[in-house]
Amino acid sequence: MGHFIIRRLVSSILALLLIITFTFILVHMVPGGPFASEKQLPDSVMRNLEEKFHLNDPLWLQYVKYLGQVVKGDLGPSYKYENRTVNEFIRHGFPVSATLGALAVAIALVVGITLGIIAALRQNRWQDYLAMVIATIGFSAPSFIVASLLMFLFAYKIKIFPTAMWGTPAHAVLPSLALATLPTAFISRLIRANMIEVLQQDYIKTARSKGLSERVIIYKHALKNAILPVVTYLGPLIASIFTGSFVIEKIFAIPGIGRDFVIAITNRDYGLILGLTIFYAVFLMAMNLIVDLSYSLIDPRIKLTRGEG
Amino acid sequence: MELTRELLQPLDKSGTEAEAVGKPRTTYWQDVRRNFRQNKLAMFGLVVIIVLLAMAITGPYLSGHTYDEQNYQMANKPPSSEYWFGTDALGRDLFTRVWYGARISLAVGVLTACMVFLIGVLYGGISGYFGGKVDEVMMRVVEILSSIPFLLWVILLMVVMEPGLKTIFIALGAVYWLNMARLVRGQVLSLKEQEYVLAARVLGASPFRILIRHIIPNTMGPIIVAMTLMIPEAIFTEAWLSFLGLGVSAPMASWGSLASDGVGAISAYPWQLFFPAIFICLTMLAFNFVGDGLRDALDPRARR
Amino acid sequence: MKRNVTFTILGLLITFALILTGCAQDKGKKEETSKVIKYVLGADPETLDPAAMTGAPEGTIANAAFEGLTRYDKDGKITQGIAQKWEISPDGKTYTFYLRDAKWSDGSPVTAGDFKYAWLRALAPETASQYAYQLFYIKGAEEYNSGKGKAEDVGITVVDDKTLKVELSQPAPQFLGLTAFQTLYPLNKKAVEANPQFKVEGDKKIVGNGPFVIESYTPKQKLVFKKNPNYWDAASVKLDGLEFYLIDDDKTALTMVENGEADLVVGNVPVEDIPRLKQQGKLKVYPNLATYFYRFNVTKKPFDDPRVRKALAMAIDRKAIVETITQAEQKPAFAFTPYGIVDADGKDFRENGGNDYFKEDVEEAKKLLAEAGYPDGKGFPKVSILYNTSENHKKIAEAIQQMWKKNLGIEVNLVNQEWQVYLTMMEKLQYDVLRSGWIADYADPMTFMDMFVTGGGNNLTGWSNKEYDELIKKANSSGDQAVRMQAMHEAEKILMDEMPIMPIYFYTEPTVISDRVQDVIIPSFGVYAEFKWASVK
Repeated sequence: MGHFIIRRLVSSILALLLIITFTFILVHMVPGGPFASEKQLPDSVMRNLEEKFHLNDPLWLQYVKYLGQVVKGDLGPSYKYENRTVNEFIRHGFPVSATLGALAVAIALVVGITLGIIAALRQNRWQDYLAMVIATIGFSAPSFIVASLLMFLFAYKIKIFPTAMWGTPAHAVLPSLALATLPTAFISRLIRANMIEVLQQDYIKTARSKGLSERVIIYKHALKNAILPVVTYLGPLIASIFTGSFVIEKIFAIPGIGRDFVIAITNRDYGLILGLTIFYAVFLMAMNLIVDLSYSLIDPRIKLTRGEG
Repeated sequence: MELTRELLQPLDKSGTEAEAVGKPRTTYWQDVRRNFRQNKLAMFGLVVIIVLLAMAITGPYLSGHTYDEQNYQMANKPPSSEYWFGTDALGRDLFTRVWYGARISLAVGVLTACMVFLIGVLYGGISGYFGGKVDEVMMRVVEILSSIPFLLWVILLMVVMEPGLKTIFIALGAVYWLNMARLVRGQVLSLKEQEYVLAARVLGASPFRILIRHIIPNTMGPIIVAMTLMIPEAIFTEAWLSFLGLGVSAPMASWGSLASDGVGAISAYPWQLFFPAIFICLTMLAFNFVGDGLRDALDPRARR
Repeated sequence: MKRNVTFTILGLLITFALILTGCAQDKGKKEETSKVIKYVLGADPETLDPAAMTGAPEGTIANAAFEGLTRYDKDGKITQGIAQKWEISPDGKTYTFYLRDAKWSDGSPVTAGDFKYAWLRALAPETASQYAYQLFYIKGAEEYNSGKGKAEDVGITVVDDKTLKVELSQPAPQFLGLTAFQTLYPLNKKAVEANPQFKVEGDKKIVGNGPFVIESYTPKQKLVFKKNPNYWDAASVKLDGLEFYLIDDDKTALTMVENGEADLVVGNVPVEDIPRLKQQGKLKVYPNLATYFYRFNVTKKPFDDPRVRKALAMAIDRKAIVETITQAEQKPAFAFTPYGIVDADGKDFRENGGNDYFKEDVEEAKKLLAEAGYPDGKGFPKVSILYNTSENHKKIAEAIQQMWKKNLGIEVNLVNQEWQVYLTMMEKLQYDVLRSGWIADYADPMTFMDMFVTGGGNNLTGWSNKEYDELIKKANSSGDQAVRMQAMHEAEKILMDEMPIMPIYFYTEPTVISDRVQDVIIPSFGVYAEFKWASVK
């Protein structure tokens, strides 16, 4: 296991370097720049700005300097929000996005797994159909529609929740529900499909014939095996949902980093784009590593370290 | 007891025939087809899809309005006998626009799902089955690709390519298979340790045969779920990409962009959201039923 | 050992979420019933440093926290700010400002030196201020900013603590109005050196000289202001404070106001809600010094022919566009400079010049197009309208596309691009027809007219006209308003005859204001809302 983790770390650092390089090239390839504006700036002003942010250095030098900075844990300044650093953006925004994400993942797991189990156990009966119709509507409706609807119904028509902004637990209800819709639907479908498959396996039949209670069979034997695809899905899900959703954060005026990311790209805020990309990549890799490790916890037969013999 | 010749006589043929448990020999695919046909929901889903396709082809010609004909006096009118689905902000007939949109959205949804299926399953399967270093490298590539900001990639594509459906497929194809690949790989990691795979390996089956004949069919459940889920996501991503300027250009519209336009009008003109949204839901339900039916029909264990 | 991974994760997630929301909870204070106006400002400000500010959201913040030599009054006229009087030399090049006894929010006096310090700081190359060019009217300013001159040679002189003398390189009557603008606000040197990043956190505060002082700032959430007791005109300030909400979703902003969670939102009211708001009497529409127009790329066929440009401009129905699409009482534009700018005779520049340089006339348009060689649109090359991604721009482009097709038989494509790609294509003249807009920097026609001089940075059409250039030059070198305005009227006529741009409408500022709020001023440019005289019922 230790060997596996070390090898993983090395390959992840290499991958990170590639991500930084690709993104660096990409941000400098797309047209525009952090100081582009509808009102054209005089040349001298533009030169001063480029001087200040070292944008007139050759690209390779900017790249090397940037890497040197990143190694020290400093993601540099934002180019558009001149007096703020990328680290500040993450420090302020990430806890907010992560809180919302955690709530949404919790909702998705509880509701999704419950719906999935009910549907699988009552396969092709009305409970199944109902659960799956709910799930289908859940993922047919993208988050911006769900968010707008929730706000319209529960903040505008029936005023039980605040419209937007962040601060009290009541502020978190509508956005986390909106954020949870899609993963809930996805998880319930995955659980249903896999449960049906698992319930046909021989060891479940054996357990049944041994006279074990249905409860034990479902939770101890079936669910444990049916959950594997959900765990796989959780890695990227947590990585993306914890780093914020642009749409939800915009609609509910939540000061997370999901919104920053998109705004950074439209602003061509090179520092912020790169910094947030690195942050996201590290987070994603860590989550995937945890997922892979948990495979062998759930299913001891899975061995990650052995190659194909 | 003495053996006589009479006792060693072969049995009457009619005896074996009588014992046959009356099922003609069928191939795997014949089984699949039959199982699928027996699944009422799946057949219902298939019918809905066929109807939607038929409407996508004929719908735009039924109401007598074109998709881009504007009539400012009739802007934002609710459904009526003249405009069956109402009109939009420029007084265009939503009925015609919805069925025009169906062409784009159905094509985008289905083709993306198929593309994702092919790339994702193959990539994830290979990564999971071979494991070790191969897996390490292939999964890092997935992480690299999913970490590079999608929007940047889209903007770049927008600069170098002509807007259109082809560009949409390139944009979607570049990223959408990533999660599928990870999902398949996770399943394969677990399945390859199962006894039947070991058995196949002992019998000398080639890795690809094992992967395609034995492992992948057993991962179909989650794969089909993920694939059907891809459809609405692709439909809405297309809307977003078209809004950014990558996809079909105005005044043409897809379901996704009609729904996005409709969201703002949720309280004022709800039908502008309702009609495109209801058809996206219907499509989803239909594909889900078909997907489930397919999964059940393809399941080797369910073979009777 | 068997453990259920999912439920462990679940438990962790919930605990984590509870801890974090718990932490944030103490910030949500009880609703205050004091005299505070909650205003939905829009996007997060890029900076709180007046020298680095560019947009109107930042301008609105700076206007509440600072005051320049002058300030716009309730009627939108320039009036005394920190300067209680000023003298302009007969040649229009030297301004002498006499300052009143005013204090900074920390109690220290505001001096002429504070202005010189702030202006030189904005001009310094190392500050890299984007709006440094607003100071380029001052002698030696551009040279200093571009590194060719020295700070000592910039024409700003501190005569004494209360007297500031400014020398311009050429007469520029708009300079007086600019002194009410964020880039020209004074700064307290000691405070800036102690807090060079203009942060508001912990014991770091921004020292201002305006009616309000920034109390706290939560990025992407809100800015809280308190009344500044040290403001020289504190007696006129009736509010205890202000809260600016940093919400950039239009629909959310409107819902907040309608729910009573905020008091006002200025501009950006969702079009779908406008008919209802009008009916309910909640919508107030204010004028805006801005024009919505299309640029033609005159370096490209067929737009190199003025007849084609004119035919296209005459063949659209502006009234339908403003009534069906934008809906906020925008005025159809048949000229470039909007209403609301004072002419030499004290009347309105637009009304004096008239809003009728051309007419919508399909027959005439067809004739012009035929003369240009495209009868009934035959042989007209396939061109496209380029617009930046936005719902309204899309609708307008769709409408114009259809109008041209119906009225002239011309088929055009619609192409939209992401904002910065669009800007790049505009700069490189990689378009046929391009959606544009222009907002005044100051209340003078020059802010519109000097755009289209040959090679001007904001021309971006490839159009060039010697006579036009001469007229703008004449207007720029005279301190006599009558001469200037006359030259600009003439220039505008040339612009409309040649039509490198096609005006569509003059913008407005649709606004929703709660009934409890009084006397909030909605200026027509630069600042979204002025709260100095505001009060609540």
